Amino acid sequence: MVYDLLIAPFVEFPFMKRALVGGIAISLGAAPIGVFLMLRRMSLIGDAMAHAILPGAAIGFLIGGLTIGTMTLGGLIAGLGVALASGVVARSTLVKEDMALAAFYLISLALGVTLISASRNNIDVLALLFGSILALDDATLLLIVSAASLTLAALALGYRGILMECLDPGFAAGVSRFGSIFHLGFLVLVVLNLVAGFHALGTLLVVGIMMLPAGTARLWSDDVAGMIGIAIPVALVSNLAGLMVSYHLGLASGPAIILVAGGLYALSLALAPHGLLRPLLPKRHLEA
Amino acid sequence: MADPALVFDNLTLGYDRHPAVHHLAGTIRHGALLAIVGPNGGGKSTLLKAIAGRLSPLGGSIVHGTRTLAYMPQIGDLSRDFPVSVLDLALTGLCSREGMFGGFSRKQREDALNAIAAVGLAGFETRSIRTLSGGQLQRLLFARMMLQDAELILLDEPFTAIDTRTIEDLMVIVHRWHEEGRTVVAVLHDLDLVRQHFPETLMLARDPLGWGPTAEILTPQRLADARRMAEAFDRNAAECHRAA
Repeated sequence: MVYDLLIAPFVEFPFMKRALVGGIAISLGAAPIGVFLMLRRMSLIGDAMAHAILPGAAIGFLIGGLTIGTMTLGGLIAGLGVALASGVVARSTLVKEDMALAAFYLISLALGVTLISASRNNIDVLALLFGSILALDDATLLLIVSAASLTLAALALGYRGILMECLDPGFAAGVSRFGSIFHLGFLVLVVLNLVAGFHALGTLLVVGIMMLPAGTARLWSDDVAGMIGIAIPVALVSNLAGLMVSYHLGLASGPAIILVAGGLYALSLALAPHGLLRPLLPKRHLEA
Repeated sequence: MADPALVFDNLTLGYDRHPAVHHLAGTIRHGALLAIVGPNGGGKSTLLKAIAGRLSPLGGSIVHGTRTLAYMPQIGDLSRDFPVSVLDLALTGLCSREGMFGGFSRKQREDALNAIAAVGLAGFETRSIRTLSGGQLQRLLFARMMLQDAELILLDEPFTAIDTRTIEDLMVIVHRWHEEGRTVVAVLHDLDLVRQHFPETLMLARDPLGWGPTAEILTPQRLADARRMAEAFDRNAAECHRAA
């Protein structure tokens, strides 16, 4: 019974196995990235970046067809271009980062849609938007796993720099000539994870596995390392549970994964130490 | 004064071509304890910003005779609700020497704990900075500065909205820096504090109104002059052709 429910799908169907491996890899890379985005108050940036990637991937598709190579390259170029350009604008003009990014991603989106409609090629926009985690081939899995490995290695190496750049950007720039390198490098990691993840979850839903576990972790922990330690398992559980729910109930798998993550967030909102209900259970205050 | 800490050569600083600091010339010697006073809009913060390298001059130049500087802006970028402990924030002060990679030694952690104790925050080490009061946070920023171990220290209104006891405690740290031979430049509005603690003063009201021993600078006449400075930029101001 338990075997049928929890394990059988992943043993009997190779596509489920692949989906699980892909989901695990995406969780390992994207969840910590989400924590840093949240701490920088850039939680919505992922969404903007995802829109920026979409046209790049679409143009890659127009050039090379539905192959992972050109679509990934297109997405990376569009995403990195927007990230770097808005970083430069934010640092050297009066336009702040959110506006700089908004401007570039809107231009990128409009340009992409224009190119797609001009080509009259019948592109499956839904697959781009919401992904196809049940159809991951070897090359895509390799890309996802490589991106996750690179992300974890880069975060381990740049942990202090990225944190200091979040905590006090002016101070970080004053004490280290790498100050803005950390910030830009971090944006590159964001793009990399979005591009790797969009094959599985689509450009829109991949932001969900990045941000929802981070938001959940914030409700349970007031410590950066603790948040990362919570966000990763939350993302893993969402992937596993989401795949099982979609398998047994015959639902779309990408949205099911994000819905589980959303459910865990809602549950935490209610129960977690920094959540909504805790103030309703007052304890006596202390002496001093 | 063979080897000054800072030389201002006909320095003009400002925004959109309008000067905030106008034709400042002079030197700050190594180990000086200098107060900068003057009205709001007089260019004090602008001067510190430029010394710290955050603003390029409109004219003239700043020559540095020190290798390291620590700068405390009036309004910093620190995000106060960031989940970081008092100890960890203090430790970031070490990054100017130790870089952004690698761990801290037991000795360095010891130094950080000592700095936290020196500013009167012993017992706060594991507290999140979110829970600190304004004065406590200012004490912590002084601890971080101690750990930066810089030769030149720039303080921009470090005691605004800070109570007397905290100011007294933090002035002890400033004097310690002075005794250690560091160069300290502080923007201040409390003239009694300046008279009491700072041997030298620069009075700045866009144009430098005086620079020298504090008692000679803080005269009623000069203070009255400083109050007459017109704060707003003149939109129809002509181009300045004053000789160097």
